[in-house]
Amino acid sequence: MSTILITIGVITGITTLLALLLTFADAFIADYGIKKILINKNKELEIEGGNTLLSTLVNEKIFIPSACGGKGSCGYCKCKVNSGGGPVLATELPYLSKGDKENNIRLSCQIKVKEDMEIEIPEELFNVKAYKGVVEEIVDITDKIKFVRFKITSNDPSTIDFNAGQYIQLTAPPYPSSPEEVYRAYSIASATKDKNHINLLIGYVEDGLLTTYVHQHLNQGSSVNFTGPYGDFYLQDTDAEIVLVAVGTGMAPILSILYELIDQKSQRKATFFFGARTKSDLFMLEEMDIFERELPNFKFIPTLSRPNAEEEWTGEVGRVNNSIEKILEYSDAPREAYLCGSAPMIDSTVDSLLAKGIREDKIYFDKFD
Amino acid sequence: MSDINPFFIFFASIFTSNMVLANFLGMCSFIAVSREVKTSLGLGQAVTFVLTGTTIINYLIYHYILVPFRLEYLRFIVFIITIAAFVQLVEMVLERYVPTLYYSLGIFLPLITVNCAILGVSLFMVIRDYNFIQSVAFGVGSGLGWALAILAMAGIRQKLQDAPVPKGLEGPGITLIITGLMALAFIGFSGIVKIQ
Repeated sequence: MSTILITIGVITGITTLLALLLTFADAFIADYGIKKILINKNKELEIEGGNTLLSTLVNEKIFIPSACGGKGSCGYCKCKVNSGGGPVLATELPYLSKGDKENNIRLSCQIKVKEDMEIEIPEELFNVKAYKGVVEEIVDITDKIKFVRFKITSNDPSTIDFNAGQYIQLTAPPYPSSPEEVYRAYSIASATKDKNHINLLIGYVEDGLLTTYVHQHLNQGSSVNFTGPYGDFYLQDTDAEIVLVAVGTGMAPILSILYELIDQKSQRKATFFFGARTKSDLFMLEEMDIFERELPNFKFIPTLSRPNAEEEWTGEVGRVNNSIEKILEYSDAPREAYLCGSAPMIDSTVDSLLAKGIREDKIYFDKFD
Repeated sequence: MSDINPFFIFFASIFTSNMVLANFLGMCSFIAVSREVKTSLGLGQAVTFVLTGTTIINYLIYHYILVPFRLEYLRFIVFIITIAAFVQLVEMVLERYVPTLYYSLGIFLPLITVNCAILGVSLFMVIRDYNFIQSVAFGVGSGLGWALAILAMAGIRQKLQDAPVPKGLEGPGITLIITGLMALAFIGFSGIVKIQ
């Protein structure tokens, strides 16, 4: 018995001593003092050095997107570091393209603030804030997709300003079978003028950490945390004709764009190609009727890839790009396309749209993983 | 207790009982970081420093804590803990004061923790029953020996950059062959000085 205690005591003693030594060393050696970060050549922060750039900026309420929480595994937290970042680290290399390296792009979760830095981040990230909300509505709209509506309850900020098509990052707290906090990006499906609410469409992914949380743990009245808005996929302010393409939950940003067109009393011609498997996978059909009534030049074209015989489907059959090839006319006139869905769907749709004369730089897309 | 002159141990652990070339310990970073003379000199210094420090600390812990409590069998875990903590300390110091070296060593600096030459020296010190002075001489000597070996290798590899190495042997392949040849040369010294 006493041998066991002595063993434990000795090991604990030695470990404690070394831990203390390292803690003191960390406090004295790794103390980098106050450093300055100059952002976009006009905003200057004075911060305590020694932490990663990502966490330093989050402490200053500047939210750079990060899906992995700073582990260096998602590559979302890229930002431009013009000086003070030190050489590129081995942990960053897998995420930096050749162009990134030439343009001083770095992973902000890997580099530490050890000297004064000069960085550039997209101006709209200053608009990104952390929100608290409650679930006001959560309903199944198909057997795989839930419609979720949050009401923002935080006081500062109490409203959200975003562009139609942008996304938020929803946080799932630890729950049984998911020991850590996780974040995932979801496109906002509500109108931009509804500044107190956020609508999301959340599909169920088997073993998906956040979708499981939403589908099994989130109820009406549950409180939620999210940050946003993010993203450069949003409705451009032009008069060009619009082609909208989505499958499944990819409809979310398209809904926001359509609400925006109504609010602008837009006369723009818009065609929405939507893909689903069967008739029972279609949703928001009443909304589409409203859009067709309110928008003078809007047309909704659903396409089913595997319509059931008993469902009596008379609409388009095939993949969305088949319908585009069949229905959309070739034109040199300025047109914009907004695509949202899985990577294979986007790749095949881009090819079809290019063949119809839409310029490549006018095709905007948001790839869902 | 062995009564070999510490100076013998010191020089023998540099030349005749070299950690890399006679015992084949610490090969991982030896092969990975020996591409340039400058970085291998830096890693050599770091390893020498860590070896000196951990040998002293481990000697004191072993003889003044583990032996009195009859806990010799804990030496593996205790040695590894002190080595890990010491390397962490060295990493903090380098990151703060010698950032250029810190960046050029990269991941191989924390990997000194599992450089088997370091644990090897601490264990040999116990097995060969060295006293304190002998242990220090052994630790410093082994570090310098390791540094010497990696420096020699880096020098050869820099020359090798202009040499027509067969495609399949580029990198680690030719390095292992060179290590073998160097070790063969060092075998010539073996047995001149007995240190155990």
